[in-house]
Amino acid sequence: MSGLTDLTVAAAAAKIAAGEVSREEYGAAWREAAAGDGLNAYLWKDGDGTPGAGDWTGAGESAPPGEGEETPYGANAPAPAESGPLAGVPIAVKDIFTTEGIPTTAGSRILEGYVPPYTATAVRRLGAAGARVLGKTNMDEFAMGSSNENSGYGPVLNPWDRGRVPGGSSGGSAAAVAGGLAPAALGTDTGGSIRQPAALCGIVGLKPTYGAISRYGMIAFASSLDQCGPLTRDVTDAALLLGALEGKDPLDSTSVGIEGGIELPGRENLAGLRFGVPRELGEAALDPGVRAVFEATVARIEELGGAVAEVSLPHAEHGISAYYVIAPAEASANLARYDGVRYGVRKGGDGDLIEMYETTRSEGFGAEVKRRIMLGTYALSSGYYDAYYGQAQKVRTRIAGDFDAAFGDVDFVITPTSPSVAFGLGEKTADPLAMYLNDFFTVPVSLAGVPAISIPAGLAAPEGAAAGAPELPVGFQIAAPAFAEQKLLEAAHALEGALDFAGQVGDAAPWRGGGDA
Amino acid sequence: MIDRDQVLHVARLARLRLDDAEVETMAGELSGILGHVDRISGLDLEGVEPTSHVVALENVQRADVPWTSLPPEVALANAPEPFEGAFRAPSPQADAD
Repeated sequence: MSGLTDLTVAAAAAKIAAGEVSREEYGAAWREAAAGDGLNAYLWKDGDGTPGAGDWTGAGESAPPGEGEETPYGANAPAPAESGPLAGVPIAVKDIFTTEGIPTTAGSRILEGYVPPYTATAVRRLGAAGARVLGKTNMDEFAMGSSNENSGYGPVLNPWDRGRVPGGSSGGSAAAVAGGLAPAALGTDTGGSIRQPAALCGIVGLKPTYGAISRYGMIAFASSLDQCGPLTRDVTDAALLLGALEGKDPLDSTSVGIEGGIELPGRENLAGLRFGVPRELGEAALDPGVRAVFEATVARIEELGGAVAEVSLPHAEHGISAYYVIAPAEASANLARYDGVRYGVRKGGDGDLIEMYETTRSEGFGAEVKRRIMLGTYALSSGYYDAYYGQAQKVRTRIAGDFDAAFGDVDFVITPTSPSVAFGLGEKTADPLAMYLNDFFTVPVSLAGVPAISIPAGLAAPEGAAAGAPELPVGFQIAAPAFAEQKLLEAAHALEGALDFAGQVGDAAPWRGGGDA
Repeated sequence: MIDRDQVLHVARLARLRLDDAEVETMAGELSGILGHVDRISGLDLEGVEPTSHVVALENVQRADVPWTSLPPEVALANAPEPFEGAFRAPSPQADAD
């Protein structure tokens, strides 16, 4: 691996800006790295060609609105720039973001061959900061999954151990960054889809506050929960990307941005900061190795001057139940658009309309997507709405209230990101409920809409592994009050420095050629 | 808890066609998931406001100005069956023809 790809994004961008590294050379090094993808992390790579590249930019078709006024398809959004904080940096983008002229499938066969006519605001904002799309990453179909085994294009392999999953649904993005195939990636998180794969791949994953980043052009799964964010090698890079991504977007009326923007974190201690450990963690199902890393990390927080207290999230244990009603309900409505009429695949067009709808959807969707559509349709159907959807929304109010109360006493709530390290391919596919329980610690945060980061905190052997089996990364989740991203990044930066995960794993890190990469 | 007839009813609502084996599997899996979800049905949440959205938002109206929109050929570029500037689909009343 060349020295250029060892640099963090912040270091590379600084060297490019200073003229010490040529952007062409840096871009070429990453294209070469991405071309060697042996993890099935990418569905499209720069250089694969753009089959349907349109020349439509939105300009000149009719009188454009004035500067700063909203436009329907981004004609007035920032154009790609040559300079900026990410100048010359190629970034891997989850295939859930629309990219003009570049195929976009959301991991689904129903969108095979779809080439969007416009680009998602998040991707445009990265472009306006000087970045370019390195590739589109594999994912669980429509972001539904925790292992990336629900992709219509085959599973992604974990670069630490190719017999294991990278997590999901942003599994391709996490594996690309951890496997040294991309310097940083964009993902989306509905119930843990950035944080859990980041944890299982030993990298940093940040889910911002709902509303911090525009959802325009992000293919919808559960609209009240979906939020995009960065997957990076370190906390500084996460801050760098968030700074470029956040902002109010006239094309997404639920976006609000982060007041004051985001600066690169510099904090090195935790003096004066209070961390809350949920009392309920004691009874939670958790691998012993994960618990040990969590406890060691809590001790490290205290050594850095942080205060650790117990908090209570009494309704968090119902998070999975509420989430697996609310998210499928929203999904069942959002996925009604895949009907074989306007875009995507059509099957069975000789019959009548209903027959075409049913054939298209039955052949186009995978098993998990069908399961969620069924679950959501059932929960919204006449006679069950109040019992399921209505009740789940009330539980959501309680969970958000639990976090509000906790943040009255502490600055952050801390938990493990995932109850286990990366599990084996096929290990949990037969039991959907067991798979859903992977999201036990991430889902309550999503329901509350608050930001959280997962940072790699150490290594642990998989439960039941033979003595001497290779250890795998363990993620540590820090949640903060809504729009407190700067404070969250500062604390994560201080803790990251003390944990020195990168130093601890050294050349065993897959991005340094170790692991199974 | 969820029987075969309910699965078929919901599949019809969702415009999904399931074969016999899928109906069996789906009935078992949905029952398992809903069995877990049912833990919230016993909670006393009388009078609790449901949360549909976590960020307090006010309704927004866009400026009343003309703007660009996708040209028809671009909008139709991904259509399975574009036809004279429109999306063509099988007749909803095929049986009545």
